Amino acid sequence: MIISEIPMSYVLILTLLIFSIGIVGVLTRKNIIVIFMSVELMLNSVNLLFVGYARMWKNLEGEMAVFFVMAVAAAEAAVGLALVISIFRTFHTVDITKIREMKG
Amino acid sequence: MSEALLITAIWLPFIGFLFNGLFSLKKEPISQKAVILFGVGSVLLSFIIFVILTISENAIIMSKTGLGAHFFTWIDVGHLKSDFAYKLDGLSVFMAWIVTGIGMLIHIYSTGYMEEEKPHFARFFAYLNLFIFAMLHLVLGDSLPLLFLGWEGVGLCSYLLIGFDYDKDFAAEAGKKAFITNRIGDAGFLIGMFLLFQHTGTLNYDIMNKFFSENSLDTSLLNLIAICLFIGAMGKSAQFPLYVWLPDAMAGPTPVSALIHAATMVTAGVFMIARLAPVFLGAPEASTFIAFVGGFTALLSALIALTQTDIKKVLAYSTVSQLGYMFMAMGVGAYGAGLFHLMTHAFFKALLFLGSGAVIIALHHEQDMRRMGGLYKHIKLVAILFWIAAIAISGIPGLSGFFSKDMILEMAFTYKYGGSILFLMGFLTAILTSFYIFRLIFLTFHTSGDAVKKMKEAIHHHHDEHGHGHGHHETLHPLRWNILGPLVILGVLSVFGGYVGLPHVITHQTPGIVQYFDKVLAVPPTELSKSWHNHIDGGLAYSLMFGSILVAFIGLLFAWFRYEKQNNIPSEDSKKRSFFVNLSFNKFFVDEIYEIFLLKPIKKLAVFSYKVIDDKIIDAFVDALGKNTLKIGSVFRKMQTGITAHYAFYIAAGTLLLTVIIYGGIK
Repeated sequence: MIISEIPMSYVLILTLLIFSIGIVGVLTRKNIIVIFMSVELMLNSVNLLFVGYARMWKNLEGEMAVFFVMAVAAAEAAVGLALVISIFRTFHTVDITKIREMKG
Repeated sequence: MSEALLITAIWLPFIGFLFNGLFSLKKEPISQKAVILFGVGSVLLSFIIFVILTISENAIIMSKTGLGAHFFTWIDVGHLKSDFAYKLDGLSVFMAWIVTGIGMLIHIYSTGYMEEEKPHFARFFAYLNLFIFAMLHLVLGDSLPLLFLGWEGVGLCSYLLIGFDYDKDFAAEAGKKAFITNRIGDAGFLIGMFLLFQHTGTLNYDIMNKFFSENSLDTSLLNLIAICLFIGAMGKSAQFPLYVWLPDAMAGPTPVSALIHAATMVTAGVFMIARLAPVFLGAPEASTFIAFVGGFTALLSALIALTQTDIKKVLAYSTVSQLGYMFMAMGVGAYGAGLFHLMTHAFFKALLFLGSGAVIIALHHEQDMRRMGGLYKHIKLVAILFWIAAIAISGIPGLSGFFSKDMILEMAFTYKYGGSILFLMGFLTAILTSFYIFRLIFLTFHTSGDAVKKMKEAIHHHHDEHGHGHGHHETLHPLRWNILGPLVILGVLSVFGGYVGLPHVITHQTPGIVQYFDKVLAVPPTELSKSWHNHIDGGLAYSLMFGSILVAFIGLLFAWFRYEKQNNIPSEDSKKRSFFVNLSFNKFFVDEIYEIFLLKPIKKLAVFSYKVIDDKIIDAFVDALGKNTLKIGSVFRKMQTGITAHYAFYIAAGTLLLTVIIYGGIK
């Protein structure tokens, strides 16, 4: 099967799976870095969706959006990791169940 | 030019107030000479300006509108326009002379009386200057709001000066009593003012007079307005039932009692009635009411004055009584007679108060007449002047009080609506007046008692009470010219002040002062109130006059017999008093009646409002609001676990929910 023959539904299902894995990762994992990686996973699932639709409609705008998302994700990763380091320095842990400053 | 002079005359005392007021704040008292220069100088200059204006602008002042002067715009909202504008006409020039003239004499007197009050000297003169300033606004303002401003201003100064010795509880209490009692009257005054504005559309005298000359309001409405305004006068001019503050006001220094609580401020109500003559003359029923309140007040307070033993208390009740005479005159439409009595009363009552102040200062602050007596030997001049004032107030012919009081009694007698009762009240008051004033004279200056000896004895008994730092008093305090000078001038005025109003039966024409006020008031009162009076022929008028002369002598003789001949000095032991004496001595228990029937219920209502309405209802409601908010909060705050995953879950679930809501329906 060549790439051009992959049906859109496959793309949608794959995207949904990856996105769900990302959400579950964010909601269940304790390690802040893993959560961070799960967020990246969700972003990339959306990228995949953009690409899928771009191919379907024969339109490059979707692919363009992907580059934007990648650039933003890169910036976000830099800021996010800096925050993680700062959190680690303050609380000496990266386990978010132990950081409960917001408990009411 | 004359406008500028008029404004200067009114604002000069304010400069004195600023100077003395600001320097009284300094810790170190400034030199008394500087205080006197500004304090007395400003009032003296103001008086001189009024004299000059009266002479140079006589024709304008005596015209109906008078000399006007616009200083600056004060209120300009919609139809209500009120400016700091003054009006020097026949009525206000009469009052301005009394206020600044007697004010000046009393300022001079105060320089002697207050000499020893070194730390408070500047403060005292600051208040006196402020009083003159406010009083000039009261009498010279060209609209009711300015009159009211002055009215409240003099009330404030009265409060400040009654409570001048604010570290003494009774003085502070008396100040509060004066202020609060006046507040009740002021409420009535304000309502009257609002009604006038509602129905005439203006508060400016000239425009209002024009309105009344062209239109006429409903009589019942005018009655209502007149009664409301009179309630204000009841407070300020100490008429029943709001007179109770004036006797207590004697807690203030004696010059204050003379200036504010005898000669000027308390006559503001009489002035106000004369100023609003078109209203009051158009309200016959209200006028009858005013006359009867005046007559009753005159009689009641004369009865109380009979047995008082504090020299200033006797004079205070006497003032209330004489004010009652004035209101009786105003009520029966005899405005000339009322204002005439206002003037003569200002002379002899100021003299009586200043004379009593001289006695008090000579005896190193002794006010109880039971500890006086025999002072004639020691201070002859004061005693003679006191006799002059007493003859004037008692209505013995020849001196000022006789003419004005006789005029009032005659007008009351001819009044159609209950004139005989009014006359009877006035007549009885005349006997009592003569008795209590000569009782005061005999107890103070004559009798076998010896004030100087009693004073020496008192040193041993009351040594701790003397906080003035005088040390031992073996002799009388010397009286200098600044105390005696004003007394002499007032003595001369008390003798000759009455000759501006020689009665009809002697001259066969309307008394000069009545003619004057018929000419200068907005409407001629004699003409408008003519239908209120019966005609009186010469013979009857003569017999009335002889009747009042007779009772004046009866009072004198009775006082002489009881106190000089029988040497019946009132006992300090209350058990020796008879029932009626006790009733009068205790002021007919009016204060106690107010305490039981007014103050107690009001206090109970206050406690009820506080304990039940505030604590149990309003506070409880607010507390419940707060507590329940906390309770609801404690339920919802469980959501805030602090675990980031939970927040992430809420976001995800929320997004999902929104998605379902928005896109769920689309097929």
